[in-house]
Amino acid sequence: MQRHSPARTLARLGATVSSLAITLFGLVLVTFFIGRVIPIDPVLTILGDHARPELVERMRIELGLDKPLPVQFWIYLTHLFRGDLGRSVMTSNLVVDDIKLYFPATVELGTTAMIFATLIGIPLGVLSAVRRNSRLDQFVRVFSIVGHSIPIPVLGLISLLVFYAWLGWAPGTGRVGVAYVGMTPTVTGFLTVDALIAGDADVFWDALSHLMLPAAVLAYFSMAYISRMTRAFMIDALAGEYVITARAKGLSPARVIWRHAFGNIAVRLATVLALTYAGLLEGAVVTEMIFSWPGIGQYLTVSLLNADMNAVIGATLLVGFVYMVLNLLADVAYRVLDPRV
Amino acid sequence: MIGRLFDRAWLLSDSPQSRAQAAWGRRYRLWCDFRANKPALYGLATVIALLACAILAPLLATHDPVTQNLGQRLLPPSTQHWLGTDELGRDVYSRLLYGARVTLGMVLAVVVLVAPIGLAVGCVAGYYRGAADVILMRVTDVFLAFPRLILALAFVAAIQPGMTSAVIAIALTTWPPYARLARAETMTIRDADYIAAVRMTGASSGRIILRHIMPLCLGSLIVRVTLDMSAIIIFAASLGFLGMGAQPPSPEWGTMIATARRFLLDQWWVPLIPGIAILVASLAFNLLGDGLRDVLDPRQG
Repeated sequence: MQRHSPARTLARLGATVSSLAITLFGLVLVTFFIGRVIPIDPVLTILGDHARPELVERMRIELGLDKPLPVQFWIYLTHLFRGDLGRSVMTSNLVVDDIKLYFPATVELGTTAMIFATLIGIPLGVLSAVRRNSRLDQFVRVFSIVGHSIPIPVLGLISLLVFYAWLGWAPGTGRVGVAYVGMTPTVTGFLTVDALIAGDADVFWDALSHLMLPAAVLAYFSMAYISRMTRAFMIDALAGEYVITARAKGLSPARVIWRHAFGNIAVRLATVLALTYAGLLEGAVVTEMIFSWPGIGQYLTVSLLNADMNAVIGATLLVGFVYMVLNLLADVAYRVLDPRV
Repeated sequence: MIGRLFDRAWLLSDSPQSRAQAAWGRRYRLWCDFRANKPALYGLATVIALLACAILAPLLATHDPVTQNLGQRLLPPSTQHWLGTDELGRDVYSRLLYGARVTLGMVLAVVVLVAPIGLAVGCVAGYYRGAADVILMRVTDVFLAFPRLILALAFVAAIQPGMTSAVIAIALTTWPPYARLARAETMTIRDADYIAAVRMTGASSGRIILRHIMPLCLGSLIVRVTLDMSAIIIFAASLGFLGMGAQPPSPEWGTMIATARRFLLDQWWVPLIPGIAILVASLAFNLLGDGLRDVLDPRQG
């Protein structure tokens, strides 16, 4: 099979990047409509029902609502490019500052969940593919179909009940025990990492123990998906002729499975992982609400309930942007790394 | 005619005497395949039971789902209240039954909104190709690339939290895969000889799409919709849980979890019972969908 020339790879990359640009433009357009056009009166959502008329008028002009829609969109766009997302009514901070405060918590949660999901999901998938229709395979099937059917709120509440209330293994909700709040200076925004940098073992262990349960809950859904995809890829790979050859050469089963078959699906799996990570960001919204995790999902939900549209749009843009970039990375990884595509 | 539907020999006949016999024979064989799949049968039975609960809710309920009785708050399950009472003394069992109406109603509304949109966009794009295809598929891609829950949340917040906006928001973020699917199916059908034959008889493009292409796309669309129903149930419940779906006092299951979650530690059954209802419903649709896919569309498995 012929490998693609660098020029062709570049062209493909260009096409992918331009499609990202279009999608991002779509994101901006849709958030513009959601924030500025759909609400009957954005001023009312900011100032409330009982604002004085002159204040309403001033706000209208400040928001540029007296201008035609395309002009408003242009203003919205230029503000975005300057990183100006406006002010949150609820926290009265700049939305950008709020995001800087809340987003690291979400990344910390999502990344830990991703590590769980990968470390458990991939071996499960591989083993169930190797021993098809065995007890283990049956278990993985049930495990993953339940993972697809159980809503995160339900799983989260059950796990809190069992591991916190009944068994007492997990600490309560939140990111860290009350006694440790604000004990470490913020460097990275990831509490566990910050505690390590500060050399504070107590805070580190406390933060880590708070992290485990929400991360495990968030990981379950992705684990189900990862193990199912791994199983499907592996079954495909194990049927390949090179695997039969490797077996015929007398290589050990472990070597055949992990080096030959698994090595061949690694790229496709990387794509799945990137997509899963993007999906985790969404699951984090609900998980954070259950575990009072002060991340972007909680920020978004609380802003939603208070109709704080600047904050809602800011959080939506951020999650949408990260989601799209991860999707793009998955796509690029697939196209660049896998010569067959 | 009806009696014959129970006549195996008539159904499985190798030389059917009429179109109806052939059609019913084909359906019977599909049913035989489906029946062999135990989990799928459980799924089907549960879905039917859920539908029955929803339709017969007024008959099956022991109490009124919204009448409050503050003297009987947070009672554990008993002969009086089969699944206990919630924080306002309402009978949880009766609320669950009416909640099935809300949940299944929302799912149905989403499907009714989404399937025709997806079918129309996909078939038109696939049939005409060219500029229409490029534009429609670009729009589809943009929507596909969105994080669905986030978009739906922002959308609901902009209009007003409630069941109607939740349904619209879910529909808005659910149609793209159907459009993709319908387009792919259309592309394989559009160059078939019989389409060319229909065109020669002078049928208009609209007629070809509506009468000859759309019906053929339906099969895989139905499978896909059934597979997605559990996702839609979870989606609706998550919106309800986050306070953006059906609003209290509606007995929507996700909303019930949200209002009862602060009683988790002491009266755990109050938030968990609606949660289990969601789990059962979405599991049932998943099993049913998997079974249907295996039977109707072996390629996708």
